Amino acid sequence: MKRRDTLKALSLSSLGMAVLPTTDLVAAPPDPKPFKTTPARIPEEIERDKKIMADKFLTPAELATIGILADIIIPAEGKSGSATQAGVPAFIDFIVKDMPQYQTPIRGGLRWLDNHSTKRFGKSFAGITPKQRIEIVEDIAYPDDVKPEFSHGAAFFSQIRNLTVTGFYTTRMGFDDLGYMGNTPNDWQGVPQDVLDKYGLKYDPIYDKKD
Amino acid sequence: MNLFEIKEQPKVYDVVIVGSGAGGGMAAYQLTKAGAKVCLLEAGGYFDPADPKYITQLKNPWESPRRGASTRTRPFGDFDAAWGGWDIEGEQYTAMPGTQFRWFRSRMLGGRTNHWGRISMRFGPDDFRRGSMTGIGDDWPTSYEDYAPYYDKVDRLIGLFGTKEGIRNEPDGIFLPPPKPRLHELMLKKAAGSIGIPVIPSRMAMLTKPINDSRGACFYCAQCGRACQAYADFSSSSVLCIPAAKTGNLTLINNAMVREVLTDPNTGLSTGVSYVNKLDLKEYSIKGKIVILAASTCETARIMLNSKSPRFARGLANDSGVIGKYLNDSTGASRSAFIPALMDRKRYNEDGVGGMHVFTPWWVDNSKLDFPRGYHIEYGGGMGMPGFGFGGGIERVNGLFPDRNGNKKKAGGYGVALKDDIRRTYGAYIGMAGRGEPIPLESNYCEIDPNSVDKYGIPTLRYHYKWSENEIKQAKHMQDTFEQIIHAMGGIPMGRKPDASNNYGLAQPGEIIHEVGTVRMGNDPKKSALNGWQQAHDVKNLFVVDAAPFVSQGDKNVTWTILASSWRTSDYIMEQVKAKNI
Repeated sequence: MKRRDTLKALSLSSLGMAVLPTTDLVAAPPDPKPFKTTPARIPEEIERDKKIMADKFLTPAELATIGILADIIIPAEGKSGSATQAGVPAFIDFIVKDMPQYQTPIRGGLRWLDNHSTKRFGKSFAGITPKQRIEIVEDIAYPDDVKPEFSHGAAFFSQIRNLTVTGFYTTRMGFDDLGYMGNTPNDWQGVPQDVLDKYGLKYDPIYDKKD
Repeated sequence: MNLFEIKEQPKVYDVVIVGSGAGGGMAAYQLTKAGAKVCLLEAGGYFDPADPKYITQLKNPWESPRRGASTRTRPFGDFDAAWGGWDIEGEQYTAMPGTQFRWFRSRMLGGRTNHWGRISMRFGPDDFRRGSMTGIGDDWPTSYEDYAPYYDKVDRLIGLFGTKEGIRNEPDGIFLPPPKPRLHELMLKKAAGSIGIPVIPSRMAMLTKPINDSRGACFYCAQCGRACQAYADFSSSSVLCIPAAKTGNLTLINNAMVREVLTDPNTGLSTGVSYVNKLDLKEYSIKGKIVILAASTCETARIMLNSKSPRFARGLANDSGVIGKYLNDSTGASRSAFIPALMDRKRYNEDGVGGMHVFTPWWVDNSKLDFPRGYHIEYGGGMGMPGFGFGGGIERVNGLFPDRNGNKKKAGGYGVALKDDIRRTYGAYIGMAGRGEPIPLESNYCEIDPNSVDKYGIPTLRYHYKWSENEIKQAKHMQDTFEQIIHAMGGIPMGRKPDASNNYGLAQPGEIIHEVGTVRMGNDPKKSALNGWQQAHDVKNLFVVDAAPFVSQGDKNVTWTILASSWRTSDYIMEQVKAKNI
């Protein structure tokens, strides 16, 4: 099969049609929220994800604080939206159930943060002003320059930063922010000439051979 | 009513094959094409990369609630084609105290070919005679010349890209055009070349040009690990098993967990296999005139060791006692780096094929080194698709470069500046991994655990595996080389350099998933289980066509050699049947 035929076949089948809600066109038992997880699962994976999604771990208050932190880490600006606009808290809510090793550090880290905030400003992190929040974040956001009394807060902040960055950049909004252009059928013809020129590189003539 | 009745199929197949990976798939393909009635048993479910119900290719990370993170069932990520993993519910294994082995399995049609990196290298002439060349290890009973015509046939049937390089111990094949290197790969070639380390086009089983009407050409999504719906890469399901089924001569039985090979107590010949159907949990048996095991290096050894009878008290075809011994996996060590010159890159789609477009074959003369075997280097990097873990550890990188105004800044941070750092460093990382040849040792083995059965009641494996100084020294050399290449690129190595305290980052045995050697070939029946045709010395209608027969593994990922040797054995079987020898 020639590449262009493959591309055509792909665009007609899995690429184009997969997004159509074909299952909604047939009579189905009334299920207000059809279960949705990663495509192409084996039965034991579906069972596991169903259980994870039905479980609760983080409380609404904890998720609200995570949302505040996530938007401090990834705010909306000229190029793209914020972490909460990209759905990061829901992602973190899932991932701490999927990866239980996160549960104690995240819950404990949030408690550290609220305790510190209360000592310093009389209220939990969610209850203080945006300016006060930034004062705390400045103390825990730079792990190589952190005062010893903030080391636990810094470890927690690095963890939340990593989850937030991953949660944001693995969305359409994140792809667009980054300028990721792949995950689509194409015909790789090498690095663009202007990029080769910029780096002073060129291709070996073996790559010009067609067979 | 007998609850534990064994359901016996009256039909006698010409051949019963256990396992549908590279070796079993190739034997099924060759033998069904030749007209034999073949029964293929696979311990896992059906899989077809082109069937939408199995497709994860071209899905976006947000279609996974965990954004493609790994799970117990898919240790290489939620979108990986292969299910199974290191730790399968109810299919446990153990290791002797002080030793370790990690056993990766893919329970599905095509087996571990659904996972592998498609790196397709021939063994070289030296790889078959390391014992006599170096005085350590053993020679194969066969030579490169025995496999060369079959490597050619595999190249033509399955297809791979590469370039003719004329390197003596890296034999050239019949290659499709290689994809052009990505930017970081051009930089790697230049940097490594400047310090005498060769970087050449990789040799991988993706179709950069179409080779027939049943498979498409690569469309460069970098997702071979998710299985290709266009069949543009090699996996045993799409290229061998499904075409074998189309001959009408194949009976495929999925979810068949083989318990043992059955033998005739009078002749000692194999008569078929017994298995547990994983769906109804009942016991079945299948009769065959010839039995071929291709269940994977360790599973094949397990089946043979579990096939005990008064005539084969040590396990089937194990009068030598060698089965399970000489288990060996590739060495592996890796390092990553941040490359400041790759910051602020122009964006374009550089996904390419699934994996590296260039690699480094072994290049050093061992007589100048303190270890006896070599390794190759695989490279990673580029503006890949973000998935779980993306941006992780930015605080270890963004203090290494100044801001846009040239001011030094603190590592970590948040907000608009952090977003800018993520964009600026995107595509500015590289990774490299060594994959080397270990010395197969009799003291590294798997055996039947006397105290443990799996959930089907089949006795499980217990491992005994320790690296020797040879492999540890090789890993040290890898780490030194990685830093030299990184520095030649102007890069900054990430993390602390692995050292003696952690065996120089040497992966645990089994982790590289290149294990071979448990049912070794040889000319001496006292020291080997199979002859040079992968035929049991003690049972002439029993063959092994996975990597269990391999005496050693070179530093070449072994799949291409499994395919070539399985084809060669299939031809031998047909000749022997015609000559009425079996």
